[in-house]
Amino acid sequence: MSATQGMKQTARSGGVVDGQPGTSRRLLAPAVIWLLLLTVPIWFPWLGGYNLLATRALTLGLAAMGLNLLLGTSGALSFGQAAFFGLGGYAAGETLMHLAPSTPLAIVMGILIGGLAAAVLGPIAVRLRGIYFSMITIAFGQAFYFIVVNWNSFTGGEDGLLGFSRQPIDLGNFMLKLDSVQYYYLVLLCFAVVAGLIALLLRSPLGHAFIAVRENERRLKFLGVGARNLLWIAFTVSGMIGGLAGALYALLNNFISPAALHWTLSGDFVMMCVLGGMRSFWGPLLGATVYVLAENFLSSYTNNWMTALGVMFILIVLFFPKGLLGMLRARVKS
Amino acid sequence: MELILFDVLNGLLLGVFYALMALGLSLILGLNRVINFAHGGFLALAGYLAYTLLPYIGFAGALIVAPLLAALLGVVVERLLIRPLYGRDPLFSLLLTFGLVLIMEDMIRTIWGAQGLPLQTPQFLQGALSQTYFFITGYRVLILVIAVTFAVGLLAFLRYTRVGLRILAGASDLDTVSALGVSIYQLRALSFAAGIFLAGIAGVLAAGWQGLSPQMGDSLIMPSFVAIIVGGVGSLLGSLLGGLLIGLASGITSAFYPQASELVIYIIMALVLAIRPRGLLGKESIFG
Repeated sequence: MSATQGMKQTARSGGVVDGQPGTSRRLLAPAVIWLLLLTVPIWFPWLGGYNLLATRALTLGLAAMGLNLLLGTSGALSFGQAAFFGLGGYAAGETLMHLAPSTPLAIVMGILIGGLAAAVLGPIAVRLRGIYFSMITIAFGQAFYFIVVNWNSFTGGEDGLLGFSRQPIDLGNFMLKLDSVQYYYLVLLCFAVVAGLIALLLRSPLGHAFIAVRENERRLKFLGVGARNLLWIAFTVSGMIGGLAGALYALLNNFISPAALHWTLSGDFVMMCVLGGMRSFWGPLLGATVYVLAENFLSSYTNNWMTALGVMFILIVLFFPKGLLGMLRARVKS
Repeated sequence: MELILFDVLNGLLLGVFYALMALGLSLILGLNRVINFAHGGFLALAGYLAYTLLPYIGFAGALIVAPLLAALLGVVVERLLIRPLYGRDPLFSLLLTFGLVLIMEDMIRTIWGAQGLPLQTPQFLQGALSQTYFFITGYRVLILVIAVTFAVGLLAFLRYTRVGLRILAGASDLDTVSALGVSIYQLRALSFAAGIFLAGIAGVLAAGWQGLSPQMGDSLIMPSFVAIIVGGVGSLLGSLLGGLLIGLASGITSAFYPQASELVIYIIMALVLAIRPRGLLGKESIFG
């Protein structure tokens, strides 16, 4: 209600209302971000990076964004996101090896399997709140980890799944070879679709309800809305996004291993969200980028790069709980 | 027959480690409202400290001093890093301790090296106690005895001493305890230290059993979480029970179907939660 009023006012005056930046300024940041993302293959190698690294950051950013749909929006800290990520990766690999040599099918299977796992586990997890929710999701994640590690004949066990590679996509009169640049753009396309859908979702009544779970669950209950169902939906959607990201990750490396399901990776996803800023839309992508670049940079200079990363993370948690983006925003405002 | 007995005993030993860790985690979770992800790191640290101290003070000395040192470090960490987060969303302390995990593992690797090390246990404990069951060594019995002693000791301390009762009371109603004039900060530092001390005991014992490695805490912390969930969040006795239960289940499973010995823990958790959402001894209120 108040949001629509605010929009109308902005539209009428066409400028700044109550200190809120106008429409043109609000569109500036996303425009810059999309422009940067679209031109990565041009400027990133020039800065000393390479396409694989950029694609990696984008894939992990996608997974973090999926996690943030729960963490940032509903306030539920899932520590099992790597399970859906890894399952999506294995689903993609197995699809290419056993079902059909089709990259799009592999991606779709990743989404389905990730979403299915989340949909099945969701009802148990959403009964819990706060740190207990984190504990149960981490435990579920580990269960999948051990299934994958021990199912040698199907998953390759500890060694991971080898022997598949992403297949060119035939577009009739045009063949997408999916070399490193083309694959980057495929991942970017998937990312754009998901980002667009998340943005739409957050503007919808459902998205507002997700936020209501975080802000005041009791009041939501009085309104006759069950938080559990909402959380289950968010959990499932987040699992689908995790599965998609995992599939893209497996296709990026033409390899997937149990490490993609391990709880430490779930923790890394959480770190990415918090680093970038879990209450902001672009935070997870920024966090994933910083994480991937820091890992890449630090590990080539020092053996103690994990300590450096851990210290950075602890400082963020202690002093800048809104993450890097929150920090930047505070700067811009003052 | 002997093999099954072997697996049962092994499972019991595993369960003892899960239980010791789960007890400590549960204590810290109750009063400090912190899921201490770094618990495994403190466990490993105590093991490595024992490794360094052993030549000077012997195994028995190291078994006490190393956990005490780890607990001391725990208090420092609690004061400097975790205390600023009290009163904020508990998720922040969970995140902070996750950052600590990275640092502690890295530090251990830097100081003691990444490869595994053995912890020398006293010679007289290494022999078998029985002619028939060669695997029942004195050291295994010692692990059981010490673990049970400390677990029972902690529970008795909480039930029968003034400080212990305050910790228990604080875990269920912090505001009232605080209003009665008890220093919450001291209480929290103490319960954090006690939790880390238990992890430290487990660390030294585990090091003597299976050797040292920087990641030795990692393989214990997840089952300990499960032990808390199975036993019922908020119940210390439940954590103890949960730990022993999943350890035993894991040991017995490895006799029949070794591949599932780690998975069975999570299956038990799912079953318990499906039938009794608050865990075996959990309080209703926590799960709402």
